[in-house]
Amino acid sequence: MNAATLFGLCGAALVGLGLYGLVTNPEPLRKILAFNLLGSGVFLVFGVVAKRAAASGLGGDPVPQAMVITAIVVAFAATAMAIALVLRLLQETGRSTLSSDTSAATDTAGADS
Amino acid sequence: MPDANLLPDATTTDGVFLVLAIVLPAAGVLLSFVLGGRYAERIALVLLPSGFILATIILVDVWQSGHRLVYIVGDWKPPLGIALRADGLSAAMMVVMAIVFCAVAIFAYADFGTRAGSAEARAPFAFWILLMAIWGAMNLIFLGGDLFTLYVALELLTFAAVPLVCLDGRAETLQAALRYLIFALLGSILYLVGTALLYGSYATLDIVLLSRQIRAEPATLVAAALMTIGLFAKTALFPLHLWLPPAHAGAPAAASAVLSAVVVKGSFFLVVRLWFDVMPGMLGGAGAQLFGALGAAAIIFGSVVALQQQRLKLLIAYSTVAQIGYLFLIFPLALDAASGQLQGSGALTGGIIQAISHATAKAAMFMAAGLIYAALGHDRIAELGGIARALPMTIFAFALGGVSLIGLPPSGGFLAKWILLEATVATGQWWWALVILAGGLFTSCYMFIVLSRAVAPSGAPLKLKTAVPKYQEAAALALALTSLLLGLVALGPIDIIEVGRPDSIMVGSR
Amino acid sequence: MTILSIFDIGLVVLILAVGAASIGMREAFSAVIGFVVYGLLLSIAWVRLSAVDVALTEAAIGGGMTGMLMLGAVARLRFAKGNDSRTSLPVRLAAGILCALVAAGLAIAVLSPPEVIPTLAPMAMENLPQSGLGNPVAGVLFVYRALDTLLEKVVLILALLGVWSLAPDRMWGGIPGLRVYAQPNSKLTFLAQLLPPVGIVVAVYMCWVGAKEPGGAFQGGTVLAAMWLLVMIAGLTSVPSISQRWLRLLLVAGPMIFLAIGIAGMVLANAFLAYPAGYAKPLIVAVEVALTLSIGVALGLLAAGPPERVQRP
Repeated sequence: MNAATLFGLCGAALVGLGLYGLVTNPEPLRKILAFNLLGSGVFLVFGVVAKRAAASGLGGDPVPQAMVITAIVVAFAATAMAIALVLRLLQETGRSTLSSDTSAATDTAGADS
Repeated sequence: MPDANLLPDATTTDGVFLVLAIVLPAAGVLLSFVLGGRYAERIALVLLPSGFILATIILVDVWQSGHRLVYIVGDWKPPLGIALRADGLSAAMMVVMAIVFCAVAIFAYADFGTRAGSAEARAPFAFWILLMAIWGAMNLIFLGGDLFTLYVALELLTFAAVPLVCLDGRAETLQAALRYLIFALLGSILYLVGTALLYGSYATLDIVLLSRQIRAEPATLVAAALMTIGLFAKTALFPLHLWLPPAHAGAPAAASAVLSAVVVKGSFFLVVRLWFDVMPGMLGGAGAQLFGALGAAAIIFGSVVALQQQRLKLLIAYSTVAQIGYLFLIFPLALDAASGQLQGSGALTGGIIQAISHATAKAAMFMAAGLIYAALGHDRIAELGGIARALPMTIFAFALGGVSLIGLPPSGGFLAKWILLEATVATGQWWWALVILAGGLFTSCYMFIVLSRAVAPSGAPLKLKTAVPKYQEAAALALALTSLLLGLVALGPIDIIEVGRPDSIMVGSR
Repeated sequence: MTILSIFDIGLVVLILAVGAASIGMREAFSAVIGFVVYGLLLSIAWVRLSAVDVALTEAAIGGGMTGMLMLGAVARLRFAKGNDSRTSLPVRLAAGILCALVAAGLAIAVLSPPEVIPTLAPMAMENLPQSGLGNPVAGVLFVYRALDTLLEKVVLILALLGVWSLAPDRMWGGIPGLRVYAQPNSKLTFLAQLLPPVGIVVAVYMCWVGAKEPGGAFQGGTVLAAMWLLVMIAGLTSVPSISQRWLRLLLVAGPMIFLAIGIAGMVLANAFLAYPAGYAKPLIVAVEVALTLSIGVALGLLAAGPPERVQRP
């Protein structure tokens, strides 16, 4: 097994791991963390694709490498927006939860306004 | 005459319009962001109508030439560079979405207009910029010829749509926005991993180049499956629809209209691009039946839950869940049993007409619901009595939207369902016909519930909380009428949708 | 088995262990710490995949900036009441099976590459001299696929707008709620005085070498953002209010100039986002410099969060 395949399998495992965390962990912040883990697994798959396609004296195909750079920045922007939402929800309700029981949430919101 | 759609890509004469469709919204977003205040609104009110003109030019061009328009960005041809392409499918979608954007802009002027001399305010500033961003993202989705560019378009759409959900800052809408964001991010990351695998197998993500090389091998199949699941989550196809009702029902009316009418169609359009254009022979009978079954489940589930709603906006949101289901019936109906290929005519045309007539009808209905909410201060269906007398034009627009959703002639919904029913007969799949008819029946039930309450007399004399501007009602009515009259395209340029499809033989009609 | 492949196996095991820990840990704070370590390990993996550009981006953004954001969030969420109950065992089992299926599918895809691996590397290298660039990744980002890069900057602006739009109405135009720890003569202040000059030199260098070697606007912008945040947190400069015109101009300067040069290409070269022959390199460097600034400001403000204070008159 060469290095590329090894890291490819690592990427696949990370995608599974991240997906599991995203689905099962109820805390929004932990979901966001899991999303980042899932994302980095996906990026690794890009890296493996790039590495395998090495040619012309390059260590890897620059096209997928450039795509990953674009995607990393997008993932960061997504994380920033999600965290801002979580913190705003905390400010508004004193809780950070995605569960549909919003009775507590609406009470506090009503008291605020 | 050689088929121009098979020739290598080169920028066509009017290809520059495709660039404008991307550049105008991008420039609008950036300029509004710097200038702020009233400028955001002014720029949007100038650019969105010019977007309609632009889309019309592209549609007429595609129609007259019978070929797709192509623009090679940076003069670098695929696979190294990126091509923008407009075929009949994208041109038709662009025009109708542009109509929706214009109507939403007029409608939103009442809620998000800034008075002269007042300071920049949060909600209007954000709304107008996000509206332009959604317009640009949709144009990119319709025109993008490269799967990674389409990923960027999907992300543009996500980042523009999520803040719209919680524009009023209430706790429930913040929660809805967060849930929507998580679903949307999951959807795009699954799409992204698919593009990585496809690139690994073919070293290109260009749709046309891919479609010539694609073969059924493990990496491609895994890629297709993951991308499809991701796009389903973003389209809110049952059972991945959980995020949609609270998000669409909680947003301000103008935003709900855009989200329900336009945004979910973006990811649906990519599902079509993926399966009809990139890999038409890959889905197979079982896959097509599965897509159809999910669509059917969405129709039944969405309708049943819509029937139980107490709030008007939630009812309309669940109706969107149901109407999205119809879009996925095209897969079993478009599959040619002999060749195992998805055919780019017939059922697909019906699906696209369903998408655009739902877009116009649903935008009109959300606008009407918003006006009812503003006038009554609530949207409880049981207490709608007397509203039809107070806001006749609004209720009329709502009813016309319903006519299209139910599928009564001459509406676009009728034409769409007619074409789909025809396809069920032609392919001998009667069970989908049952679903289509049952869906129409359910829709008539919940439309009846709402309308019968609305026309009922009110107990006490109805006192409206605010006066509703006439132009807002007119915007809703105009969209509802568009949806109603869309069925008449059957008499005219219906085959425009098939222009530029690889497997269609163009009739040289002008 | 060579030493390098043993190193690789060890690295992968470590990445998976730290990743699993940061998912599985009960306590949010340790999970986030785990994630930061994970980000650093991952950038080593990127070096091993011969993608130094990506390694730099991953270390700077994936590990550094994301980690900082999450640490800040954990600190505030400590006061959240009534946490969610954990997901029930059957649901977790079902999810586990589903996720294992996805991972297995990806593993199969990774294990079955095409016999002849297709690549665009030769084509990318062949055409690179036309642009005067030496770094093929920069070539892809600013020449071949410039459209993606341009639009992704718009994504960044939209994300920032999304974050800002979460502010309560009365705070609009106010100051982002970045926590400031202004204590004169503290270690933080010392650090905030010492590091930025170094950081700015590093950022300029990264942006400059990006044309021919790994590095570029993203990495340089991230370093700038980190320095700016450090100075703001230490209270050495005030956090600007979001209604400042110069701030908004800085934010869009990069994408605006990129867009303008792209449009000029329709007249001066032969296509949108094409560069006139002979002028490619200076134009790309100009775009990169403007983008570095814009990205730096955008990332810094994304981390600073929505406005929470109104400016005192």
